[in-house]
Amino acid sequence: MMDKYTKLQMVGIYAAITVFLIFILLPFFEMFMASLRPLEHLFRSPYQFWSEDFSFQAYSDMWETVPLLGRYIFNSVFIAFSVTFLTMIFVVPAAYAYARLEFPFKNATLAIFLGVNMFTGAVLLIPLYRVLRTMGLLNTYWAMIVPGVAFLIPTGIWLLRSYLEKIPKELEEAAFVDGASRMYTLRRVVLPLATPGLIVVGTAVFIGAYAQQFLFAITFNQQRELQPLPAGLFEFIGYQDVTWNQMMAAALTGILPVLLIFLFLQKYLVAGLTAGAVKE
Amino acid sequence: MRGEKMTEATHATGQEAESSVAKKKAKTLSEPVFAWLLIGPAMLFIAVIVAWPLAETIRLSFMEAGLGGEEYVGLANYQDLADSRKFHQTIVRTFYWMFLSVGLKLILGLIGATLLNAAVPGRGLFRVLVMPPWIIPMAIGMIGWLWLYNGYFGVLSGTMMSLGITDGPFEFLAYKQSAFYSAVVADVWVGTPMVTLFFLAAMQGVSRDLYEAAWVDGAGRWYRFRRITIPQIMPVIVSMSLLSAIFTFNSFEIIWILTEGGPRAATTTLIVDTYKTAIGNFKFGEGSARAVIIVFLLGVFSILYLQVLKIVNRKYGTK
Repeated sequence: MMDKYTKLQMVGIYAAITVFLIFILLPFFEMFMASLRPLEHLFRSPYQFWSEDFSFQAYSDMWETVPLLGRYIFNSVFIAFSVTFLTMIFVVPAAYAYARLEFPFKNATLAIFLGVNMFTGAVLLIPLYRVLRTMGLLNTYWAMIVPGVAFLIPTGIWLLRSYLEKIPKELEEAAFVDGASRMYTLRRVVLPLATPGLIVVGTAVFIGAYAQQFLFAITFNQQRELQPLPAGLFEFIGYQDVTWNQMMAAALTGILPVLLIFLFLQKYLVAGLTAGAVKE
Repeated sequence: MRGEKMTEATHATGQEAESSVAKKKAKTLSEPVFAWLLIGPAMLFIAVIVAWPLAETIRLSFMEAGLGGEEYVGLANYQDLADSRKFHQTIVRTFYWMFLSVGLKLILGLIGATLLNAAVPGRGLFRVLVMPPWIIPMAIGMIGWLWLYNGYFGVLSGTMMSLGITDGPFEFLAYKQSAFYSAVVADVWVGTPMVTLFFLAAMQGVSRDLYEAAWVDGAGRWYRFRRITIPQIMPVIVSMSLLSAIFTFNSFEIIWILTEGGPRAATTTLIVDTYKTAIGNFKFGEGSARAVIIVFLLGVFSILYLQVLKIVNRKYGTK
């Protein structure tokens, strides 16, 4: 058959995949190894590939070195959930409009939304800093939630739109003919049908919201108790020394929530995220 | 943005002739009004949090502004940048950073997607294993890279020492050249999974019939890859490279955590320079001028790129 590989080709493919995965996974592997080593072994020179006394000690010590660690993880998850919730409230109606309705400036406004993607990063931080200061939102959760929502709305609309387009139109039309209002149709007919898509897009937004916190946190928030994990982690870099093993343990603990969510939903996520790209 | 114009567009959309439907439509909202009600909140939010600050940035770029007050200085901020050799170097460095990093991401993404598309046992698992750098917070991934690049305790320097490539510990982030390329590698690491995933999805969208026809005609794997796969996924390659270029140009966290733009500005790209100027030194006016230049450069780049995209789509057909 066409897809049959010779033994040699198989070996070649697996070897190449291995090299590729080593590049991708090496940092995680090293972080894990570092988290298992006692601190004094980390600082042993010359470099040792193997330590005799691996232990999970760092995973319990880390809560004492940085007492607020639990709080940071909570903050990260809380901010990500709030961002996701708010983003979806804005995204769902808009995505429906772009998927189903015809209206003036449809393409132009969609282009504006997508253009927002160009301004991620530090470009808007200056006025945003001042806007948030004027509104009295600096050093609150809102300072990290509000910009987070703004930068995820475009992606959310884009993803959900391509999902909604796949739902058959007939059901909506039937409801409409039966005298249901547009809002009722959206709420009672479209949304229940779109639940799987909402979950996929919601998860994608959550992952994005969890990932993007660092910049907003270090710029708009100085209050330690509100700091999300990516910013709080740097407290392991102390005045005297860096407790690398605990920092790695905390980092790995902190990415566990997203990794688990991703693992559970990866099949749907991958399909959902790439749907737009392939169709176009 | 110009929402008020929408409300007058109440023309009936009645293609359906059924009179009962027409009657109900009269009672209910017209399609354009309803649509604008739906996108309105999102539009408003983006306007306040993105569009208005963008306008503010442009205004501030003509000001001498700090924590105190602001004063109109005309084009002085731009004049300073135009005269600054350091700033010219930063622009060149930023484009070099972008082209190098995006180029590597595209090549690795293409290789990765081809490998993960190969019909071998275990590919489902491999596909999952490629994703982590993309889905975890960049800041956390960079902590991993800080550790790898550490001269005394990192595995890279350790391996080099035991292989005898270097005598002593090598601090990857301490020298201009090595810091720059180390940051590129870390950036490629973050960006490759997304590129790989989209290329893979595009490859799976290519019709099998094409491959089978070519196979029947005796075309080898390499020929099929070159003459079928690449042309078929070309539109995705082109749009992905624009997206990736924008992300890479704006890549801040990676550089900030690894080097904060150092050593001696070796990794200072435009975005890092902007951040340092504005947030680090509270020079809002000078920072804004830099931000405007970023938007301008990205805008010009994107427009040029979209022209290329048009040509590509015409050549390969919009699949």
